[in-house]
Amino acid sequence: MAKITLTVNGEAHEVDTDLATPLLFVLRNQLGLTGAKLGCGLEQCGACAILINGEPVLSCVRAVSEFKDDDIRTVEGLAKNNAPSAVQQAFIDHGAAQCGYCTAGLVVATTALLKRHKNPDRSTIDAALTDHLCRCGSHLRVLKAIDTLISEGASHD
Amino acid sequence: MTSSLEKQPNVDQWLSVGTDGRVTVRSGKVDIGQRISTAMALIAAEELDVALERIDMAQVETGISPDEGVTSGSNSMQDSGQAVRLATATARRHMIARAAEALEVEPSTLEITDGLIRSRDSNLSVSYWELQGDQPFDIPIDPEIEIKAPETYTQVGEQVIARGMTELATGQSHFVHDMTMPGMLHARVVRPPHYHARLKNLDEALCRRLEDAAIRVVRDGSYLAVAGEDEYAVIKAAERLAAAAEWNMGNGLPTRDIYESLTANERVSLPVSNGVPQREPVPDLPEPPAGAAQTLRARYEKPYHMHGSLGPSAALSVAEGKEVHIWTHSQGVYVLREALAGGLGMDEDDLHIIHAPGAGCYGHNGADDAAVDAALIARALPSTPVLLKWTREDEHAWEPYSTAMAMELQASLDSDGNVVAWSHEAYGDTFMMRPRNAPPGEGAKRLLPLRYVANGADDPVPQPAMRYHVGVHRNLDPLYNFPNPRLVKNLVRGLPLRTSALRTLGGFANVFAIECFLDELAEAAGKDPVEFRLQHLDDERACAVVKAAADRLNANDTPANIGRGIAFSQYTNSKAYAAVGVELEVLDDATIKLHRAVIAVDAGQVVDPDGLTMQCEGGFIQAASWTLHEAVTFDRDGVTSRDWDSYPILRFGNIPEIETVLMDRPGDPFLGAGEAVSGPAGAAIAIALKEATGLRLRRMPFTPDAIRAAALNAPAGISS
Repeated sequence: MAKITLTVNGEAHEVDTDLATPLLFVLRNQLGLTGAKLGCGLEQCGACAILINGEPVLSCVRAVSEFKDDDIRTVEGLAKNNAPSAVQQAFIDHGAAQCGYCTAGLVVATTALLKRHKNPDRSTIDAALTDHLCRCGSHLRVLKAIDTLISEGASHD
Repeated sequence: MTSSLEKQPNVDQWLSVGTDGRVTVRSGKVDIGQRISTAMALIAAEELDVALERIDMAQVETGISPDEGVTSGSNSMQDSGQAVRLATATARRHMIARAAEALEVEPSTLEITDGLIRSRDSNLSVSYWELQGDQPFDIPIDPEIEIKAPETYTQVGEQVIARGMTELATGQSHFVHDMTMPGMLHARVVRPPHYHARLKNLDEALCRRLEDAAIRVVRDGSYLAVAGEDEYAVIKAAERLAAAAEWNMGNGLPTRDIYESLTANERVSLPVSNGVPQREPVPDLPEPPAGAAQTLRARYEKPYHMHGSLGPSAALSVAEGKEVHIWTHSQGVYVLREALAGGLGMDEDDLHIIHAPGAGCYGHNGADDAAVDAALIARALPSTPVLLKWTREDEHAWEPYSTAMAMELQASLDSDGNVVAWSHEAYGDTFMMRPRNAPPGEGAKRLLPLRYVANGADDPVPQPAMRYHVGVHRNLDPLYNFPNPRLVKNLVRGLPLRTSALRTLGGFANVFAIECFLDELAEAAGKDPVEFRLQHLDDERACAVVKAAADRLNANDTPANIGRGIAFSQYTNSKAYAAVGVELEVLDDATIKLHRAVIAVDAGQVVDPDGLTMQCEGGFIQAASWTLHEAVTFDRDGVTSRDWDSYPILRFGNIPEIETVLMDRPGDPFLGAGEAVSGPAGAAIAIALKEATGLRLRRMPFTPDAIRAAALNAPAGISS
């Protein structure tokens, strides 16, 4: 066990943990940020995606010690002034979730995608989301939410 | 009257009105992502004339919620939705009568706006909350109560945002996986390498080292689990224990080709008449009738499929004295309680089971078993809350799959292209292994963990399900007007993998076979496949969805290289009607690119149109995944598809445009729709593949290897 300071959703947190622990478990069990999900623990399904310095990263395998100097942002940290972000609102408006277990990962991946590309084409979108599995079949709603966000053309931080 | 109402005939069992301006509705059906709580709330809000936001849907738990069996079989709207409708309509009438008394006016002069009852004559008013707040109704539900006329609806049928969407999108919703309690331990089970392996030897020194490191080791016969405060430490401990355990491997799993086994193994064969198996000898396959101009035969096959929930099964349990509390994403808290009480020799009243959200399950997955795992570990560690999660490998390798199936069909056409003889034999293992304890002792057998504890239960021996359209014979009986169809259910013994209910049960495979075979027959008869179907359908609603899907599919010209296919079924010949059209292309690397799908669905009165559309879209996408990608693999040493790489599913990148046409039937009964699209979706893909390539693939999945193999074996002149 060792102490490590993490910057999560804009706040510094000191946690006492085995430094080999994957970041996801620290976020969920020590910081109470349960939005990111444990789906496979194998970096295969995308349910645990978070943003590291704005880039989407799977958090279920890589050790917490890798992230001590990073800006870590989870799905909970995307809302501003307690209002859903534009991406989150588009997911809500389009009903882009059934069970919702994959949703946090998809919201995070979409946020990163639209930060990097103002007007991504379908193949760029598919490439950004291909590592995210959804078993209920909500894919089409996610794509529609992204279409709406693109056509609105707003900033999607 | 539905069984839900027979068991719970009183208004108070279904709803209560608060003094705080809120209405609590209690359904026995759980929301597992299918948006049923949104539809229920809409029904209640409509009949009560209150704003949708005033409705709270109660958590489902034993002892409090109505016992509505299992949330399965697309029954929720037909059973629970109807019960909620009648209960709320009865409550409304009761409150109108009480208001008339209180205000000393005629009931007919009263109108309700968002729970405020006002007299048109006197301007006097009283609210539900004043009249009825926190008081019991003490009245039975009137099954004959007059419900609102659909033309007066202001909420049912409207576009609404599903309950819980904001919480899901912002990471604020709480799944059972996210629960926490003071002093809670995380837990993992250490499973054997395969079903039949039993623990031979455990490294006691390792167990002591783990205990020294504050990891609790739970052992009961061949049942092994670990628990501790730190989840990651528990995962590592489980891995160390798994590596150190020695197992008696027995004979392993049968490895004979599964498709051979389906028709060669011992089996129970029963003729099926009007959707119901008969305890009678199976009639021989007759010679083609005198008027037969041609007779076709084909065999269709599907592999084992897994539910593949994105979240591995999980449960939280705490044992206090003789009582055990379990939070679970089970689809049936009462049936689980019955089976687990039976399995553990507990009094049902000492088991308290509460539904908590889980990942979508699509049928009987690992949910109930995980609940039992949590309870076993909690009982070994009294007064300690235990959050048990299956690993991804547990979920992939141990959930009860949908059985592999074979369907052998034969039909004869007369010279006018009419079907004059039809035979369909379906072969498969059971779909009916949900928890129950009838006969006594069955509960323990059906709950996986209880087979591994000391003196554990035997494997269950499934009996053929005899009810209308269940198990292997779901949708075996075609809706088409074929004369005297010969229909046979074959429950096959000695198959290798554990199986139970997955969305549609046998319906997916049977509809795949029926609809593909109809396409072959239409081709042989020289008929348009849509016309051929309509020619053999008497049900107007069936014809209407087929025509609607065909019209949309064919609204524009077929682009080059695109194949189109259309297929139909009415789920269990009694629930929603669905026709599905598909456009696809086979790329140079022999992968199938899905371009477009159209779905026409008639689910009776539509309550939540966006939710219904979503169920149709999701049903299509999941069925497309089964059809293109999925097969559980195994060898003697166990299941080999143990992660998402070895069990691939459909991804972003192959999601077609989907257009869903809802054929609303205002005033008609609700028809369950959650499983209506799956069967026609798989068949439509197979038929479109034939149109695109000339190849008829009769065994799923349609992988590039399967397509190349079919092309190599195709008669000359068929392209690939």
